[in-house]
Amino acid sequence: MSDIKKIKDEYLLKLNKNLDLRQINQIKTDLFGKNGLVSSQFKQLGKIAEDERKKFASDLNTTKDELQDLISSKIDEIENKEINQKLEKEKVDITLPERPFVQGKIHPVSQVIDEISSIFSEIGFSVEEGPDIENEYNNFTALNTPDNHPARDMHDTFYLDEKKELLLRTHTSPVQIRTMLSDKPPFKIIAPGRTYRSDSDQTHAPMFHQVEGLHIDKNINMGHLKGCLNYFIKEFFEVDKIKMRFRPSHFPFTEPSAEVDIGYEIKDGKIIIGEGDKWLEILGCGMVHPNVLKNVKVNPNEFQGYAFGIGIDRLAMLKYGINDLRAFFDCDYRWLNQFGFDPIDVPSSYRGLSR
Amino acid sequence: MKITSNWLKEHLDTKLDENQIIEKLTDVGLEVESVEKQSGEFDDFIVAKILKAEKHPNADKLKVCDVDVGKENPVKVVCGAPNAIEGLLTIYAPPGSVIPKNQMKLVVSKIRGVSSCGMLCSESELNLSDESDGITELSSNDFKDKIGDNYFPKKNSNVIDISITPNRPDCLGVRGIARDLAAAGSGKLKKLEEKKSKQDGKQTVNVKIEKDQACTVFGSCLITDVKNVESPDWLKEKIISIGQKPISAIVDITNYIMLDLNRPLHAYDVDKIDKEIIVRNSKKDEKFKALDNKEYKLQEGMCVISDATGVLGLGGIIGGTRSGTELNTKNVLIESAYFSPRSIRKSSKILNIDTDAKFRFERGIDPLSIEQGLKKAVSLIQEICGGTASEFDIQKIENYKNKSLEFDPALFEKVTGLKIEKNEMTKILDDLGFEIKEVKKILDLKIPSWRPDISQEVDLVEELIRIKGYDQINMIEPQKLREKETLNKKQKLFHFLQRAVASKGYLEAITWSFTDSKINQLFIEKNKEIKIVNPISSDLDVLRSSIFSNLIIHLNKNLGRGFKDLSIFEIGPTFLGEKPGEQQTVVGGLKSGKNSRQNWIEKERLVDVFDVKSDIIQCLAEAGYDKDKLYFDIETPSYYHPGKSGRVFLNKGKEKVVAFFGDIHPNILKKLDIKTEALVGFEIFLDNIKQRKKSLKDQKTQYKFSDFQKSERDFAFILDKNFQVQELIDVISSVDKDLIKSVKVFDVYEGKNIQDDKKSVALNVTIQSFEKTLNEDDLNKINQTIISTVESKIDTKIRS
Repeated sequence: MSDIKKIKDEYLLKLNKNLDLRQINQIKTDLFGKNGLVSSQFKQLGKIAEDERKKFASDLNTTKDELQDLISSKIDEIENKEINQKLEKEKVDITLPERPFVQGKIHPVSQVIDEISSIFSEIGFSVEEGPDIENEYNNFTALNTPDNHPARDMHDTFYLDEKKELLLRTHTSPVQIRTMLSDKPPFKIIAPGRTYRSDSDQTHAPMFHQVEGLHIDKNINMGHLKGCLNYFIKEFFEVDKIKMRFRPSHFPFTEPSAEVDIGYEIKDGKIIIGEGDKWLEILGCGMVHPNVLKNVKVNPNEFQGYAFGIGIDRLAMLKYGINDLRAFFDCDYRWLNQFGFDPIDVPSSYRGLSR
Repeated sequence: MKITSNWLKEHLDTKLDENQIIEKLTDVGLEVESVEKQSGEFDDFIVAKILKAEKHPNADKLKVCDVDVGKENPVKVVCGAPNAIEGLLTIYAPPGSVIPKNQMKLVVSKIRGVSSCGMLCSESELNLSDESDGITELSSNDFKDKIGDNYFPKKNSNVIDISITPNRPDCLGVRGIARDLAAAGSGKLKKLEEKKSKQDGKQTVNVKIEKDQACTVFGSCLITDVKNVESPDWLKEKIISIGQKPISAIVDITNYIMLDLNRPLHAYDVDKIDKEIIVRNSKKDEKFKALDNKEYKLQEGMCVISDATGVLGLGGIIGGTRSGTELNTKNVLIESAYFSPRSIRKSSKILNIDTDAKFRFERGIDPLSIEQGLKKAVSLIQEICGGTASEFDIQKIENYKNKSLEFDPALFEKVTGLKIEKNEMTKILDDLGFEIKEVKKILDLKIPSWRPDISQEVDLVEELIRIKGYDQINMIEPQKLREKETLNKKQKLFHFLQRAVASKGYLEAITWSFTDSKINQLFIEKNKEIKIVNPISSDLDVLRSSIFSNLIIHLNKNLGRGFKDLSIFEIGPTFLGEKPGEQQTVVGGLKSGKNSRQNWIEKERLVDVFDVKSDIIQCLAEAGYDKDKLYFDIETPSYYHPGKSGRVFLNKGKEKVVAFFGDIHPNILKKLDIKTEALVGFEIFLDNIKQRKKSLKDQKTQYKFSDFQKSERDFAFILDKNFQVQELIDVISSVDKDLIKSVKVFDVYEGKNIQDDKKSVALNVTIQSFEKTLNEDDLNKINQTIISTVESKIDTKIRS
């Protein structure tokens, strides 16, 4: 029996015993180390007669491969076993609570302002702002509400001076005046913001939010006003059909003026917008009064258009089923958590206003 | 303005039922606010007869009555009235009915042991009169056959409450409302029937209007030998039907004419007038007692009606008690006048008086209704109270002329987008009382005297479209076209920061812009306090100087609700001055308590200044600012902890403070009685954040990176305790901007082995070249340069 065969048989036998990693590595050294049995055989290759050499080399290589494969597979086997044993010990209870994280929220009024801006953005309105403190001229006089006019009684005003020249704006309409005074027509803006009236009860807060709208161009008529508001209301409430009613009314700064009601019904204690035969007033609007245009140096014979004012808090209440206006400004942690929105929920037209 | 459809139908010939009328009113701009069953409470009261009245077994002053209420069996009622005697016809209120005077709902109850089924009513309890002694006595003749009937005739019309906009004084009378409905095709306006009344002789009370009066016309009529009585039922019912209280025939008649024709009148008891009537301006501090039983001190120049003695009344606003009519008044003078709206409004504002007359005059009464009002008053007074009437005396200092207006019908379509024929226009305008002449294509209109609101062409557009109906206007779909960006840079920053802060775990709050001055003082620093002249309450008396003024109150309220670990923020205005624009937009946040409280895996710890610092930096980074350029120092307002707070600039140039952050000063917590383990906060000032010139997309530089091996080296320096590590990092980074990729602080140590006034700061520096793999020599060189640079620029030593 050749040495090769002897080595092979002997070590195959050894390797098939139950060995640990150290023993296998010892065998590996015995065979393939510098002076290992197999390595030594290779060294003899030169001494072998030429006619036998080829066969010898072939046998030796085969044996080498066979033994090496067996050694590798043995090692793998042991390593796998060890890993599995280790993992078995590392088990955790994944039903334990996660690492803590905190989630912030966006106030519903802010969310609704973003929704409104997104809707009007689609039809070409840009956002303007104005200061919370206004002068009497911008808040009233320029808006065709002269002093000693009973229409001023419609607004309970907070004043900052005894002369009643400085006040907290009672509506967002002065932004119309500021915008038109600082630029040239056409104008197509919305102006959301804080507004103030010295009025406080269950349904009135001394501070609330309005969004003003203004569209002045050549030939903008009441048909455009109706179309614009109809589009807005449908988009805002995310319904296909909306029942809307324009009612004649009076605001000193628009003529003709209208109030807009939307249809609703109450189902299971919840308000459903767009159906039913009840009416809910949600905004005031009209064609900008020529006197207002004159006050801001816009020629009423050349330009005309509409304006509207919407109560934002009211819209938020209707859309998201919030009953109490006062709670908006109470900062109760529970309320903010319940009605607040995830900050990544940015209203947009392509992804939808709300989830 | 309250009306009933029955009253309306006295002026309007219509086939519409009440619901249709209500709908139509709203359609033409007379918004129906509410429709209430007309005093439904009056339906329950029944004519009854006391069959037997016996003394109450347990009470001396009470009687137990058997009362016939028209049913098979009489009912037992306990009654305390002395006049409750057998045989009396009176008014019975059954259980379940509500007594008008005190709104008490009756139930069957035991009174001193005897059960009483309902109650017998006095006139006062039914608001019929002030008579409260004893129960109502009905005349046997009139009522003996009516036992069991309702005492008050059943009403079949409701009270319709209409909200009249300030531009429509003409609709403050039922007739004006009827006119609008007629124009809108809901019926025909009936002709006013004019009863002829007998008038003899001149009005003998001299009336004089002084110069420059707000009263331009003063019409009057003297009626002598009248018998002022209670009003007849029809008149009382009318007055009651719209929720007012009948007083006496003369007062009721003047009220009725005001409600019916929107023509306020005033009645004087002539015998109380001293000689004459002078319409003049008040003198300073002149006093008079008004019919509301209050004494008013007048300012100079208010329009008063006076006699030789003094002020009788404030013209058009309120009469005085001195010359008021009473039941025994014999001779009355009826005033029908015109007062200018501005002056009425001014005087009533100053004196804070609100009356029905003032409400009408300040909106504008028909100046041509003077005689009409007198006529109707005279005929009604003579009909009810008798008497002899004088001729009318009309004093005027100004003649009224109808205004006229040229209207181009084309304007209608231009404004409304709706086309209507010209003859339809003229029909509507005619129905509304305009006199129309057509000149070429223009309508030349004479405006009715009762429409002070109409002065421009666009007013006519409104008249036409509201009568035609807003529903006729066709909608024009909006175009989806955007020519201008929706938000400007500042607005975008607002939205980014708002959502950035929220994404750090803060709940957004919205609080009032005003606050309590006492709390605001804690945060006001050197800013001006801005007071509200008429605050809604004393604890909301100033505009907030800081975003914390309200936020901290609400944080404390939430602590009170049992929450400990709170994070709230608000973004909004704070105020620097009382002029428009003197305000800032600030986002402020507060954080209290602990992170990871009672957590099995994370170690819990108090929130601290580095939590808010991290929030600020991350927010600014998210808004697009380079976080490595931010620069910090320690000058902060007094409401922050002086040693644990910082100020943030966008860069080393320290142009504008973009933020403060830190622990809230313990004194603030003490003063506001805030009980929490830790409280930190931050304020970011949006107006101080410089807008980037380039947009983010243009800021991206060329993509440059190195694949050569990077090395890390650690250093530790001994520094003064107060030395700011920011500078150390800055010095190291600037040793070689190309090679030094990052500098991390991994340890700050004070204590053993370090001098008391020193600290050891350990840093890890990453070094990598763009050109080659650095060998030991290169690295050593850089090491040396770092150490020598730091040691030369900063008073420090490398820790050996």
